[in-house]
Amino acid sequence: MAFLDQLGLLSVTWGSVVMWLIALTLIYLAITKEYEPLLLLPIGFGILVANLPMTDLMTPGEGLIWRFYHYGVEWEVIPPLIFLGLGAHTDFGPLLSQPRLIFLGAAAQGGVYVTFFVAHAFGFTLEEAATIGIIGGADGPTTIFLAAQLAPHLLGACAVAAYSYMALVPIIQPPIMRLLTTQQERAIRMKKARTVTTREKVIFPLAATMVIVLLVPASAPLITMFMLGNLFRESKVVERLRDTTQNALMNIVTIFLGLSVGATMSATNFLRIDVLFIFVLGLVAFALSTACGLLLAKLMNLFTKDKINPLVGAAGVSAVPMAARVVHKVGAEANKKNYLLMFAMGPNLAGVIGTVIAAGIFLTMLR
Amino acid sequence: MAEEVLAPLAGKVLSLAVEVGATVEEDEEVLVLEAMKMETVVYAPCDGQVTAITVKVGDQVEEDDPLATIK
Repeated sequence: MAFLDQLGLLSVTWGSVVMWLIALTLIYLAITKEYEPLLLLPIGFGILVANLPMTDLMTPGEGLIWRFYHYGVEWEVIPPLIFLGLGAHTDFGPLLSQPRLIFLGAAAQGGVYVTFFVAHAFGFTLEEAATIGIIGGADGPTTIFLAAQLAPHLLGACAVAAYSYMALVPIIQPPIMRLLTTQQERAIRMKKARTVTTREKVIFPLAATMVIVLLVPASAPLITMFMLGNLFRESKVVERLRDTTQNALMNIVTIFLGLSVGATMSATNFLRIDVLFIFVLGLVAFALSTACGLLLAKLMNLFTKDKINPLVGAAGVSAVPMAARVVHKVGAEANKKNYLLMFAMGPNLAGVIGTVIAAGIFLTMLR
Repeated sequence: MAEEVLAPLAGKVLSLAVEVGATVEEDEEVLVLEAMKMETVVYAPCDGQVTAITVKVGDQVEEDDPLATIK
């Protein structure tokens, strides 16, 4: 009989079975559809094992994955390290060549703030509402970073929502883009951007770090790592460090991030009506952000001589580079010689910075 | 009048759709570039005959690099 008590099979609940199905669905989507496989695969596996009974994997102070989660995510180590790798990977050239498009990246954070108020009106606490709103930025590491600080119980759901919407950018964004722009606007071919000098690219990470951290100190962990990685890249003198941060280190932390984020999704944490709201509100946030970017671009066109193709505003949500690719495709549908990719990368990168700043503002207000 | 086909963005040449000597019409596919893991088709800017192709499959090109000449 003592043996039977130790048998995990008898402790299986309906909740855990549902979580297994969710886990297997994510793993299936990652493998067959290649939806963000680098993240959804470890997340799916994390969900699966966290919902196998009596493993103690997530028991505070003891469990293996709990340690990954505690020291990696709760201690704010992994999301900044991901940003280090992203910085090393990012060419800010498209942003620097068209500085006016930065505003589109800022505008596309509109959905984040609007959803914050809406979620609060629906009865979520301010901390929870901020975490849900940030999904609108469609930026995984930032969402995880903020959730770990403000609403750890929502971390798994918000992270999965953010990564799912990132994967679904090609499905969610085009209808909104077509709704809010005319065929004529989508066909606008933008004037060639100026060439950015090497010196500008080296100065940018230094200047951006100082300006942003002086204004929103709470965004420092993400911004400083992001810009350090970028300095590794643009200085061109530490090729070894750039290579490691962008590839090896990034891959290592991705493993622990995905696994531990998935493991936070126990049946008791996840199978709640709140979570349904999170997914709906997250989608609203993302759609609103897309719309804000498009509309600001149209507004700017009223005052500028060199017309902006409003589609690039939709790339202001951060999902890099999916959003920029979608803009490029929709633009090419309207006019097949329309190559918007690089123009869209500007607001896209500005969007990443914008989402980090939004997270910093929430932290400053709520912590 | 000869017109050059310029790279609309930086990327890698993935495939060529025409050969030297081929006759093309405006907006016909000339080659495919890959930029940021996405295929981008480059079209002929005018009608004419392809007199030169300056890149080969696998080449890395920068924005505005000449790719081919159409006369």
